[in-house]
Amino acid sequence: MPTEAAELVFDEATKVYPGRGGAAVDHLSLTVPAGEICVLVGPSGGGKTTALKLVNRLIPLTGGDIRIDGTSILEHDLTELRRSIGYVIQQVGLFPHMTVEGNIGTVPRLLGRPRSWIKTRSAELLELVGLDPSYAKRFPAQLSGGERQRVGLARALAANPPLMLMDEPFGAIDPIVRARLQDEFLRFQSELRKTVVFVTHDIDEAITVGDRIAILREGGRLAQYDTPQRILEHPVDDFVAEFVGRDRALKALALRTLGDLELSPATDDGLPRLPADASLRDALALLVAEHRDALLVVDADGSPLGVAKREDLLQ
Amino acid sequence: MTGWHSAGGGPVIPDFGQPSACLKQNGWFCTDWMSKHWGDVLQPALVQHIQLTVIAVGIGFGIAFLLALVGFRWRFLDAPLGGFTDLLYTIPSLALFQLLVPLTGLTVTTVEIALTSYTLFILYRNIVAGLRAVPAEVLESARGMGLTRRQTFFRVELPLAVPAILAGLRIATVATISIATVAAFLIQDGLGHPIFDAIETPDLFKTELLASGGLAILLALTADGLLAYAQRALTPWSRLR
Repeated sequence: MPTEAAELVFDEATKVYPGRGGAAVDHLSLTVPAGEICVLVGPSGGGKTTALKLVNRLIPLTGGDIRIDGTSILEHDLTELRRSIGYVIQQVGLFPHMTVEGNIGTVPRLLGRPRSWIKTRSAELLELVGLDPSYAKRFPAQLSGGERQRVGLARALAANPPLMLMDEPFGAIDPIVRARLQDEFLRFQSELRKTVVFVTHDIDEAITVGDRIAILREGGRLAQYDTPQRILEHPVDDFVAEFVGRDRALKALALRTLGDLELSPATDDGLPRLPADASLRDALALLVAEHRDALLVVDADGSPLGVAKREDLLQ
Repeated sequence: MTGWHSAGGGPVIPDFGQPSACLKQNGWFCTDWMSKHWGDVLQPALVQHIQLTVIAVGIGFGIAFLLALVGFRWRFLDAPLGGFTDLLYTIPSLALFQLLVPLTGLTVTTVEIALTSYTLFILYRNIVAGLRAVPAEVLESARGMGLTRRQTFFRVELPLAVPAILAGLRIATVATISIATVAAFLIQDGLGHPIFDAIETPDLFKTELLASGGLAILLALTADGLLAYAQRALTPWSRLR
């Protein structure tokens, strides 16, 4: 298996539990390009966690296929397949009797990496996930919920897997820490460029972290698979429109920045100012709050770039 | 019941030699008797008692561990195996000795079989409970990371069961030290022998009773303390939870 990001393909992947009416995952077909984050989102009963666990064969496929870089998961040795996929779950599941370093070193040890390699790797990963190297000798019981999930992430990344499966990784963490973890996850993902399948039930989280979002409906059927922007602006049906919420237009504004707009020439006559990397949503909020129709867009140094009018934002 | 008066050094009041005033009055704490008979009564009994206990708990642990592996691996066997050890545990010790005498006679073997069978219940239940107590999410992450069934057992389930296993060993050891005193009904080994000896003496030989009974209590406390220390030293993580 390559150590760089892998392309993941669901090809009519189907899971039917015997004795239960209907499928849990129903002929799911989608392609996650190498290095992208695909978020599986949907109401409970949508089969998103089932779809995720089909990939590392924690749940066996009933029909169809899943391929990683063109090779069917069924052709891989089960143990090797799992060791080559990073796996992060909501309850983290750290081993309570092992230190942070011991936890991070689990898969490398199984792969026969020397102790010194594991020590260095664990220090690197702790830094990557924003923990002090002194955490290496702590036990999971000595960590907060957010710190545990950081260690869970480091552990999943330890063997440098080309593919990561993340099942509601930030679901049990309070909103403030969750937002920070999402940001940091996106920061190191922009460096590592793993292929990631990320399950959440929170559409806002899906919009924040996803390069693409797959919305699953009851019975494990794919409702729409698209970029966050297109899902917000062009939901394919009422189910998707309702799932993304009445405020989808505002959420779509949050995805674009003032820098994306064509601005009118700057005429500084006391307009409120915002930097070019502010979102259109923040810009609109400012105009509403200040009862104004336009604002001045400035660059990082504060020099004016141009004027954005209310109607420009709402285009 | 055979007589414990025939034991070497078992004193009968009045003592030969020059008994102290304390012994003449049958006092509770006659240090002269204790120091005089440490070598021929108390110390051998203590060593025998430790031997009886270590062998019983050691063999009991071996058997209980194997049974627990079976009951853990094949869940449907857990209830029958647990029931079997439970049944052994409910037989009163004297009755069990009586049942075994026709088979193995008035021997140390008889005593060890009985003592061992009592440890099984506590050890079996604790080992199985410890192995079963591993949280579901820990097992799921182990599976998801590609640990085999065997690796999951040796690297995750067994180490996590160590606190429960050691807790079981503590209880089993202390219980065995206590029950082993009753072995003196059959054999002349262990601290039970001087205890019964003292009780059977006309007027009750108080110093011998206190010395041998006290040693049994001290032994139980020491064993408990050592195992508690081992538990803390072996599983530093378990105190953090």
